[in-house]
Amino acid sequence: MNDYDLFVTDVLIIGAGLAGERAAIEAASQGLNVTILSLVPPRRSHSAAAQGGMQAALGNAAMGQGDSPDVHFADTVKGSDWGCDQEVARMFVDMAPVAVREAAFWGVPWTRVTMDKRIYDGQEIHEDPKKVGLITARNFGGTAKWRTCYTADGTGHALLYTTDSMVLKLGVTVHDRVEALSLIHDGDRCYGAVARCLRTGNLRAYSARTTVIATGGYGRLYGVSTNAVINEGTGMAIALETGKVPLGNMEAVQFHPTGLVPSGILITEGARGDGGYLLDKNGYRFMPDYEPKKKELASRDVVSRRMIQHMRAGYGVDSPYGPHLWLDIRHLGAKHIETNLREITSICRKFNGIDPVHELIPVRPTQHYSMGGVRVNKHGYVYGMKNLFALGEAACWDLHGFNRLGGNSLAETIVSGKIIGEKIAEFTKDALLDVRSSLIDQHVHDQAERIEKLRAKKSGTADVFRLRHEMEEILREHVFVFRTEAALAEAVEQLHALHVRAGDLRLRGSGLGADPELSAALRLPGMVKLAYCIAKGALARTESRGSHFREDYPKRDDENWLKRTLAYWSYEKNEPVLDYEPVVITELPPGDRGYGEATSGPVQKK
Amino acid sequence: MASRELTFRILRYNPETPDVKPHLQDFHLNEEPGMTLFIVLNRLREEQDPSLRFDFVCRASICGSCGMLINGKPNLACKTLTKALPDVTTLMPLPVFKLLGDLSVDTGVWFRDVSLRTESWVHTDEVFDPDAAEEKMDNELAKEIYEAERCIECGCCIGGCATANIKPSFIGAAGINRVARFMMDPRDKRTEQEYFEVVASEDGVFGCVGLMACDDNCPVGVPLRSQLAYVRRKMAVAGWHMGRGR
Repeated sequence: MNDYDLFVTDVLIIGAGLAGERAAIEAASQGLNVTILSLVPPRRSHSAAAQGGMQAALGNAAMGQGDSPDVHFADTVKGSDWGCDQEVARMFVDMAPVAVREAAFWGVPWTRVTMDKRIYDGQEIHEDPKKVGLITARNFGGTAKWRTCYTADGTGHALLYTTDSMVLKLGVTVHDRVEALSLIHDGDRCYGAVARCLRTGNLRAYSARTTVIATGGYGRLYGVSTNAVINEGTGMAIALETGKVPLGNMEAVQFHPTGLVPSGILITEGARGDGGYLLDKNGYRFMPDYEPKKKELASRDVVSRRMIQHMRAGYGVDSPYGPHLWLDIRHLGAKHIETNLREITSICRKFNGIDPVHELIPVRPTQHYSMGGVRVNKHGYVYGMKNLFALGEAACWDLHGFNRLGGNSLAETIVSGKIIGEKIAEFTKDALLDVRSSLIDQHVHDQAERIEKLRAKKSGTADVFRLRHEMEEILREHVFVFRTEAALAEAVEQLHALHVRAGDLRLRGSGLGADPELSAALRLPGMVKLAYCIAKGALARTESRGSHFREDYPKRDDENWLKRTLAYWSYEKNEPVLDYEPVVITELPPGDRGYGEATSGPVQKK
Repeated sequence: MASRELTFRILRYNPETPDVKPHLQDFHLNEEPGMTLFIVLNRLREEQDPSLRFDFVCRASICGSCGMLINGKPNLACKTLTKALPDVTTLMPLPVFKLLGDLSVDTGVWFRDVSLRTESWVHTDEVFDPDAAEEKMDNELAKEIYEAERCIECGCCIGGCATANIKPSFIGAAGINRVARFMMDPRDKRTEQEYFEVVASEDGVFGCVGLMACDDNCPVGVPLRSQLAYVRRKMAVAGWHMGRGR
């Protein structure tokens, strides 16, 4: 068995989004040989789609005056519904301002403070003349201060292009159109990954002293998601499939309040941050009734629930694609909409034929972010497997607990990239390659066999695309914003059956070379396993916390559930098994989140 | 009202079967409200031919993956609504870039090469000070830089460029715009002579013959015409300075 190319590197990073690239820069700057694998050219990564901005307590904008990492810390912990690791949150908030300034130093054209006259919510904002030219901030949900740094409407794009320019400058090796299929490991330590070239379909092995998972989220497990189509949770799946690595808090799934109907394309929180309203079928602004203090800018889980609750009460707008609500930004004025919210304008025009300067935008809660992921310690080191790190959305570092604040994900990518990247470099300097070629052979052979079996089409009955839609449907139907025992039990049962069938796929086409159907078939079993972990974790958690809302257990239960779910894949039981660990509370004991009735269940309004 | 039956005439090429020459294949499907080419191509793959190759990532005109020739004109497939298309639509891969199969082309490798050749990163000898406040910048300048930074490297300007089609080493409007982005950025300390070496050649800004299809074809509205003019003017002046210095 030697029909594959072998690459050797110090650090292998799977995923070339912002988290992976930022960590690569840190390791490469310290003289290590770094190779990044990416499904797509790095600049096409989903990081580019983050429009709104990143949180960092610079306190330059007038509405951000008095801000500090301490205030950012409190917002993050409350946002997480006390599910986050407070030691991690502290490291993060302290480093975020440095990371923003460093990105500015590398070339990000952050939007700056100006003396332009500006009215917000009926009041004029007076900027400090001494701050003109410094990095400004906009308002985002769940924050006490205006803290979200941005570049017009393309923060993720600008940040990714700049970060990638540093990767280019440092001469880091990037292999694009390559997909990792499995981790090379002996049950104790990771030695790299088996990958498939998406140009030719050929298998490759990458052997590394340290391997890093930075593959982003699993949004596409849900049929309707704001995520890019490549966000299929690959990195989490290959970690889970070692049988040794746990995934943390997989039941913590964020639904963004304003996904465009029907495509699910994201309408950034910046729209509400800049003063947009949510309206019902009568044109009535309903959020102040539910959340008098934060209104449209309560945290995302709260706003999403209120929206669905309001639609259930019969106030949704009927459409061929089901009920939705309206987002109204018309009162912000053409000039503001055309510059600071240009991306929204162009999305509405292109995809819905709507002009948001004059018309309402149809929106509803849509899958957006995975708080859960490969469980790591505060240094990014993966539980249960040596020489393996993970960061970004793929990881459960646990900055976000059960609900991530808007602007904290983009911030997490570069802040954790900086912090964990340094740990990776430090670790790798003392790590050995130390791999047996027979181990590599065996892992490549396992993947080659899967591919051969699919190509031979001697067995198998299940259609790849159909099975996938079934999985999407189960999650949408039973594991969405509102959850109950009966529905989740149903989901677990159905996903188990689906998991069994996913082992019995049959291709329609030849599966030769870089065939897309074969790629989908190789990916699907891992995706179903992730969906299974989500449903099982949600069923077990008999409380409501952040985005995980159980109608039958509407209150947060700190006595029994102030703990993190760890889902392992058990090959003996052929299903996920759950374990738990305590949540680290260092500074802020559990309390009220301070925006509405988030912990006390839905208002009974029939 | 009965929906239209749409015909898509798609270029097929599979590197695994070199004996089969590239050819056009017709697919049919019924139009639905709000249908885009993203929906069309995925449905064709799922329902009619699972081997059909094409590239999408964000499906929201942000990532630049899905540039192709739609009835001969370069554009992003994801934002093309079928209601704007005739009954028969031809889909071809973007020219200039290496063809990987059907509608999938290797734009990533092409753009990476151009970024390396133009050294598209901030050049400075300064070292980042984590304790210092950021250097101030006028917001108007930040906006100008962002206007050039907005290019999504989809390759529509390259596929539609006559010069790029006959001259593989030409960096095209996207490459020149990328240079403009750094030229206007005070954080990049390169001198005009250094830029001259990077971009003032027949492969760079002086290779452009001014047909300006790039400006017409840009799907995100980067002002390529003015960016080309800006770099050309800067480089003409630099050339004049260098000539006088000799």
